[in-house]
Amino acid sequence: MSIHVDIVSAEGEIYSGSAEMVFAPAEMGEVGIAPQHAPFITKLNQGEVRVKVSEEEQYPFYISGGLLEVQPHIVTILADTAIRAKDIDEAAALEAKAKAEEALKDKTGKIDYATAQARLAEAMMQLRTLDRLRKRGG
Amino acid sequence: MAAGKEIRTQIASIKNTQKITRAMEMVAASKMRKTKDRMQATRPYSKKIAQIISHLAQAKTEYQHPYLTGREVKRVGVIVISSDRGLCGGLNSNLFRMALKQLSLWEKENIEADLCTIGGKGTSFFSSINANLVAQIAKLGDTPHLNDIIGVIKVMLDAYDEGKIDEFYIFSNEFVNTMTQEPVMEKLLPVEAGKLEEPLGSGGLWDYIYEPEAKIVLDSLLLRYIESIVYQGLVENNACEQAARMVAMKSASDNAGNLIDELQLVYNKARQAAITQEISEIVGGAAAV
Repeated sequence: MSIHVDIVSAEGEIYSGSAEMVFAPAEMGEVGIAPQHAPFITKLNQGEVRVKVSEEEQYPFYISGGLLEVQPHIVTILADTAIRAKDIDEAAALEAKAKAEEALKDKTGKIDYATAQARLAEAMMQLRTLDRLRKRGG
Repeated sequence: MAAGKEIRTQIASIKNTQKITRAMEMVAASKMRKTKDRMQATRPYSKKIAQIISHLAQAKTEYQHPYLTGREVKRVGVIVISSDRGLCGGLNSNLFRMALKQLSLWEKENIEADLCTIGGKGTSFFSSINANLVAQIAKLGDTPHLNDIIGVIKVMLDAYDEGKIDEFYIFSNEFVNTMTQEPVMEKLLPVEAGKLEEPLGSGGLWDYIYEPEAKIVLDSLLLRYIESIVYQGLVENNACEQAARMVAMKSASDNAGNLIDELQLVYNKARQAAITQEISEIVGGAAAV
């Protein structure tokens, strides 16, 4: 009896294979998932995920948080790559807003389609000219 | 041979330009391999998270999350992903053209749009045309990390939570192959669960055990889902940028080669003409004596 384990993070795959049991630091306390577990979904705290392939073979992974999903034969761990905290996220959002305000100090709030079209048309013309030049040259 | 010297300096300067474009082509080619690998590395995560969301959509959830239910659209939020640098052919222009078309369509239906840009080109373009930019981030480099874009996404999601925007889209380039990149538009919110594949056999009578509770788990799951799509768009756009630059620089080098050939021909002709003229002058002079 074994269970398939996938540990992935947004920036890459970390582990994929079958195991006897998986231990993870869930928010309400450490959980151990054996095969045939009921569908289950929980948030993970920062800590160690242990994949037990056999008595001798155990792989530890450190994660900084994430989510755990269990289907009877599949365990999926979505590991976070970033340390999540409400105030850190908030600060990042404020920074992004400030940057936008800086970028448009003199905005009137109305899209100037004419200028936009003109600028795009110009860029497209340049490209087309280049294309034509290349065809003539080649 | 005054004309000859001019042509020679011109050829030399074109050769220098060609060296630069060729170097840029090679840099872009090697960066493209790396960015493509990175693009592939993000796939398992987004595939997994899409799977979980589709499981959720089929489960009989006791709690309906606002991200999963639509509402009347009065205002939309858009994230536009573009490159930081130019010299990559029509990559950004094509994307902006598609974005403008969509924005003017929305305007006709009296739907306003809040824009959020990732990448310097998008920021300068949309701020120059007075679009309603609410957040932006640029200069993420070739190895962007997820925490770089948490801020801009949070601005949009907060706006959605507060009811300021009713739908949330992403505009970015899709990597078809090295020669082709296509601007695409994708709806992020509300999540269209029907679009996600993988039916589970059990007929929708089961539900997850949630810990600590459905709302908290769903909140963080959907947040990560949105983030993973935007992040994937970002790394994909990076791969597109390098591919487009490689192609653009290759054609620039080829064009420079053609120009050099043409100029060389003109130069040779001029030189030949000068020599012929000199000889005929000497012969004419000798005959006169």
